[in-house]
Amino acid sequence: MPKRNRPAWAIFAEKALEGVIYLCGISAIVFVLGIFFFVFKVALPVLFEPGFSLTQFLFSTEWYPTSESNIRYGVLAMIAGTFSVTVLAMVIAVPFGLGAAIFVSEFCGPKLKETLKIIIELLAAIPSVVWGFIGLTVMSKLIVEFTGAPVGVNILNGGIILALMSVPIIVSIGEDALKAVPDSYREAGLALGTTHWQLVYRVLLPAAKNGLLAAVLLGVGRAVGETMAVLMATGHAVHIPEGILDSVRTLTANIAAELGEAPENSNHYRVLFLTGVLLFTITFVVNLAADLVIRGIRKK
Amino acid sequence: MVTAAPKISVQDLRLAFGAKEVLHGISFDIGRNEIFGVIGPAQSGKTSLLRCINRTIDFSPDATMTGTVLVDGEDVRKTRNVYGLRRKIGMVAPLPVGLPLTIYENVAFAPRCVGVSAKSELDGLVEKCLTQAALWDEVKDRLDSLGTKLSGGQQQRLTIARALSHQPEVLCLDEFSIAIDPVTTMRIEDVLKELRKDITIILVTNLVQQARRLADRAMFLWNGDIVELDRNEVIFSEQPASRKTYEYVHGIFG
Repeated sequence: MPKRNRPAWAIFAEKALEGVIYLCGISAIVFVLGIFFFVFKVALPVLFEPGFSLTQFLFSTEWYPTSESNIRYGVLAMIAGTFSVTVLAMVIAVPFGLGAAIFVSEFCGPKLKETLKIIIELLAAIPSVVWGFIGLTVMSKLIVEFTGAPVGVNILNGGIILALMSVPIIVSIGEDALKAVPDSYREAGLALGTTHWQLVYRVLLPAAKNGLLAAVLLGVGRAVGETMAVLMATGHAVHIPEGILDSVRTLTANIAAELGEAPENSNHYRVLFLTGVLLFTITFVVNLAADLVIRGIRKK
Repeated sequence: MVTAAPKISVQDLRLAFGAKEVLHGISFDIGRNEIFGVIGPAQSGKTSLLRCINRTIDFSPDATMTGTVLVDGEDVRKTRNVYGLRRKIGMVAPLPVGLPLTIYENVAFAPRCVGVSAKSELDGLVEKCLTQAALWDEVKDRLDSLGTKLSGGQQQRLTIARALSHQPEVLCLDEFSIAIDPVTTMRIEDVLKELRKDITIILVTNLVQQARRLADRAMFLWNGDIVELDRNEVIFSEQPASRKTYEYVHGIFG
């Protein structure tokens, strides 16, 4: 059989397309490494300054970056702030989000489902500064009224606001994960005489666990990285919290609030970038841990 | 002699998906402890018929079903306990659907759902069902690995074991041998002959010879209508009532 040669332009177009797709694929790596590199580059010199120590940075609660005589760069209180707000947000958002995802995907009728999905997507599109505004005005008054706390901007406020922001993400991605479970599983399960709840609990959740975990993680990611809303809702006080009605400052809020005031290339400026590196590391560790968990589950 | 009431009685069953009717008002009875063969080409409504009996047809939102299907005299469309109905009927689909669980849990799934939790009881049940499905010897050392990792034929036998696990009174087999080698098929066919002492079996198959080997009676379904329903000896003889049956059974059809 004679070999038919394809026209030169077709070969060229295919190669070009391959190249474009290749670039798209590796661009994510380039961007991540690039961001890390530039943030780290600004932060790096401060590590060698005589007035700075890394142990103090990580383990001291004293943050006096603009003091005349007693400069301290300790971010432990802010790590505690980020941690406490995030944990509270997840405690609220994960059950709510997964519950809503299960309801939307498995239990509600088609009409309600469409309505709910549109509203949930709308909820996800609300800008974070609007959430912060709600935290600052509406939520803080409610908290003062119901708990008797001296100030309404605190962990509870930030946690609730972050939870409200994470829920739509958890719901829409969780719902996608449940939708991706083949219908044949549902039919096979129900044909065996299971009730709908047993089906969800014994078949759908195990089958969709990777996707559901991803949904939760993206929720966590949003909560850890969120800046504007927590800046407005948590009270901005640098100290280790003792209860959920204490005001705290998070790592992100600290950067956002102080970067504008810090003179460029001063130690203060560089320490704020180092805080950025720390945040980056936290998200990296969280993602890595989740990845390992998923792999562990898969192996079983 | 007592005339036994039929296990399943179908009267004027019509089923439509949207505007397209796929079953045009069919009526027949299936006796107790009978192997009832359903033969017919693709698209003749065989699988839809099974889905009407255990009401998994409910999952197709555009399906409308009229007429009556009685299982033990109870109308499946009016039953209060559809879960109980489905537990009474074991269903094996043509393409195996291993649930994403271990081999053990696949079989223990249905018993667990009705509250069986004693390990010894489950162990016994799992071994019994897997043995009946001619799979026990191949998997007894790896009951903890995922059911979805078995080969196609093994998965099919796993679904047979699963369908038997809730001790159904009716077993519906929809093209069960499509992914199984002939030797294993024979082993399962022997099991079916054995099971027939206790339960009723509906055997939907494209393999005319399989229906001939196993069934007591056979129904030839074509385009949603019953062409002929009679004892095997008649259907597979040289003189069935319908010329069409003769042609289909002897491979002249189409």
